[in-house]
Amino acid sequence: MFRFLILRILQGILVLWLITVAVFALFFVVPSNVARTLAGRQATPRTIHLINHRLGLDQPILKQYWDFISKAFHGDLGYDYYHQIPVTHIMAQALPITLSLAIGAAVIWMALGVFNGVVSAIHPRSVADRSMTVFALFFYSMPSFFLGLMLLFFLYYKLTLAGYKWFPAGGYAPLSQGVGQWFLHMVLPWLTLALVLAATYTRLTRSSMLDVLGEDYIKTARSKGLNERRVTYRHALRSALTPVVTQFGIDLGQLIGGVVITETVFSLPGLGKTAIDAITQQDLPVIIGIVLFASACVVVANILVDLLYAFLDPRVRLS
Amino acid sequence: MALLEVDDLHVSFDTADGVVRAVRGVSFTVEPGQTLGIVGESGSGKSVATQSLTRLVAGAKITGSAMFDGLDLLHASQREMRRIRGRRIGMIFQDPLSSLHPCYTVGWQIIEMIRAHESVPRRRARQRAIELLDLVRIPNARARIDDFPHQFSGGMRQRVMIAMAMALNPALLIADEPTTALDVTVQAQVLKVMQDVQADTGTAIILITHDLGVIADVADEVVVMYAGQVMERARRREIFYQFHHPYTEGLLASLPGHGGTRDRLTPIPGNPPSLLAKLDPCPFVPRCPYVFDKCRREVPPLAPVHPDERHLSACWLEPDRALQFEWESSKFAQISSTAHR
Ligand SMILES: Nc1ncnc2c1ncn2[C@@H]1O[C@H](COP(=O)(O)OP(=O)(O)OP(=O)(O)O)[C@@H](O)[C@H]1O
Ligand SMILES: [Mg+2]
Repeated sequence: MFRFLILRILQGILVLWLITVAVFALFFVVPSNVARTLAGRQATPRTIHLINHRLGLDQPILKQYWDFISKAFHGDLGYDYYHQIPVTHIMAQALPITLSLAIGAAVIWMALGVFNGVVSAIHPRSVADRSMTVFALFFYSMPSFFLGLMLLFFLYYKLTLAGYKWFPAGGYAPLSQGVGQWFLHMVLPWLTLALVLAATYTRLTRSSMLDVLGEDYIKTARSKGLNERRVTYRHALRSALTPVVTQFGIDLGQLIGGVVITETVFSLPGLGKTAIDAITQQDLPVIIGIVLFASACVVVANILVDLLYAFLDPRVRLS
Repeated sequence: MALLEVDDLHVSFDTADGVVRAVRGVSFTVEPGQTLGIVGESGSGKSVATQSLTRLVAGAKITGSAMFDGLDLLHASQREMRRIRGRRIGMIFQDPLSSLHPCYTVGWQIIEMIRAHESVPRRRARQRAIELLDLVRIPNARARIDDFPHQFSGGMRQRVMIAMAMALNPALLIADEPTTALDVTVQAQVLKVMQDVQADTGTAIILITHDLGVIADVADEVVVMYAGQVMERARRREIFYQFHHPYTEGLLASLPGHGGTRDRLTPIPGNPPSLLAKLDPCPFVPRCPYVFDKCRREVPPLAPVHPDERHLSACWLEPDRALQFEWESSKFAQISSTAHR
C-alpha cells in the first residue's frame, strides 16, 4: 500500500518532467515572434534584441530550461511575457472559475448518470429505461461545443428575446457577488460539460447494475428480507459503482479538453481560456504553468481513484 | 400440525421460446424440526420449486398453495413476505463463493440480517454474530468477523451462510445444494454443522441435492423430483430400502459403491426432457427400462404404495414391487458411508 503510493508518486513526477520537456521542445521548434508582437510593427532589430534579452529568450535552450526547472522547484513559474505578472498569480485568478466549472459539472454528471442508470436497470425495457436510452444516445453523439452553442441559442438568446432574461450570455460572477449570480452564470457551462458525460455514465451504470442484479448475493440479500431500496442501493449499487469509478478516473483527463472548449464558448476566464489565449500569443511561461498544473491534477486524481478503487472493492490489492 | 404444506404447486416462465413449465403440480409437507430431502437431477425444478415459496424467482408465474405456519406464502403481500424471509425462513444457496457480498465483511452481513428484523443495538448484534460464527465452528470467530468473504475458503463461506441464515432462529431453513460446490471432505463437515445447528435450534430443514448420498444420513422424508413433478415421496428408509419408482432406482444405482461393482457409477442413460415440449404421461417414459403400454397412455397418479399410506409413487408398476427391493442392511451402510467420504 505504502510502496504503491511511493511508486505512483514517482511515476507522476516522471510524467510531469517529461511534459515540461515536451512543451519546451515544441515551443522552440516553432519560430518565436513574441518580441516582434511586443515591440510592434515599427521596432528596430535592436529593440527586438533587447526584448529577447530581457525575457531571456536569447539564452541557449538548455540554459532556459534549467532556469525554469530550478525556479519551478521553488514554486516560481516565472512571469508572463506581456505584462510581467507572476504566472502563479495568473493561475490563482483563473483557478476558482475552472474549479467551479469542473466540480459542478462532475457532480451533475455523476449524479445524473448514476441515478438514471440505476432507474433504467431496475426496470429494464420500461418507459423510464427507454427514455433514458434516448436521452443517452442524444447527448452521447453531441460534441460539447455544439451543445454549448445550442444551449446559448435556446436558453439565452431565445429566452431573452421572449423577455425572460434568466441566463447571462457568458462570463463569470465570483461567489463574492452572491451565490445566485454565480449559479446563474455557471448553469449553462455546467450542463454543456455534464450532459455529454452523463449520457456515457447512464449507459455504464445501467449495464453494470444489470450484471450485478443477476449475482447470487443479490438473491441472498432478498432472502434476508431486506427491502428493495436497500437491495438496490446498499447491495447492488455498491458493487456496480466499481467500474463507474474506474471510468471516472479515466475521464478526468478528458474533462480538461471539455473545460477548455466550454470556457471558450462561454467566455469564462478560467484556466482553459487562459491557456488558449497564452497559446495564441506564444506566452510560454503561462502555457507551461497551466499544462503542468493540469497534468499534476490528472496524476493526483488517478492516484486518488486507484485508492478509492481499492476501498470500494476489498478484493483489490494495491501493488 | 405441519409447518409447511405445499399443495399442487405450479411454476412457469414465459420465455422467447415459449412457456417453460418448470414445476408441474408438486405437493409436500414439512413437519417442525424435521428434515425433508428433495432429490433429482439437474433441471428437475428443485430450486425453482423451493425459491418460489419465498417468491424469490423473478418472472415466475406461480399457482397452487403453500401454507407456512398459517400464512399463505403465495398470496401474502410483499411486506408480509419480507417479514418472513430471513426471520422465519432462512435460505442457503448452492455456490458459497458467489452468495456472500464481496464488498462487505461477513460480520456486517450477519449484523445486517439481525438488524433488518430486530431492533437491537449494533454491539449486541455483533456479539450475536460472533456467537453464530462460533456455532458453525469458524475458528477464532471474534477476530474473523471483520474479514471479507474472499478471505475464507469455500467450506467456511458456506458455514458463514449457515450462520447468517440461522441468525434469527428461523422455523425453516431451505438449503439449496449447500454442499454441491464443495470438496467431498468439506461437504461432510458442512452437513455436520447443519445437523448440529438443527439439534441446537430445532429448525426444520429442506435439503435439496442431486446426490442421494448426501441425504442418506440426515433426511426424515425424501421427495424425488423429475421434470418438475414428484416421482416418489416416502420416509428415508423406504426410499433407500423399498423404493418403488424406476427413477429412484436409477438415482440409487448411480451412487458410488452401488449396483454390485463397487466403484463403478451407473448413470441413468439419456437426459431429462425439455420443459418446453409436451411430455409423455409419465415424463420418465423415454428413459425407463420398465416402460410398458399404459405408461404412454395414462398419467400415473402419485398414489400410496401398498401397504404403506405414507409412501407415494407415481408409477404404473405393481405396488408390491417395492418389497422385492428389500436390501440388506449392509448395502444401506454403504450408502450412508458415501455421505461422509
Ligand atoms: N428464469 C427462468 N426462465 C426460464 N426458465 C427457467 C428459469 N429459471 C429456471 N428455469 C428452468 O426451470 C427448470 C428447473 O430449474 P431448476 O433450477 O429449478 O432446476 P434444479 O432442479 O434446481 O437443477 P440444478 O440441480 O441444476 O440446480 C430448468 O429447466 C430451467 O431451465
Ligand atoms: Mg438448483
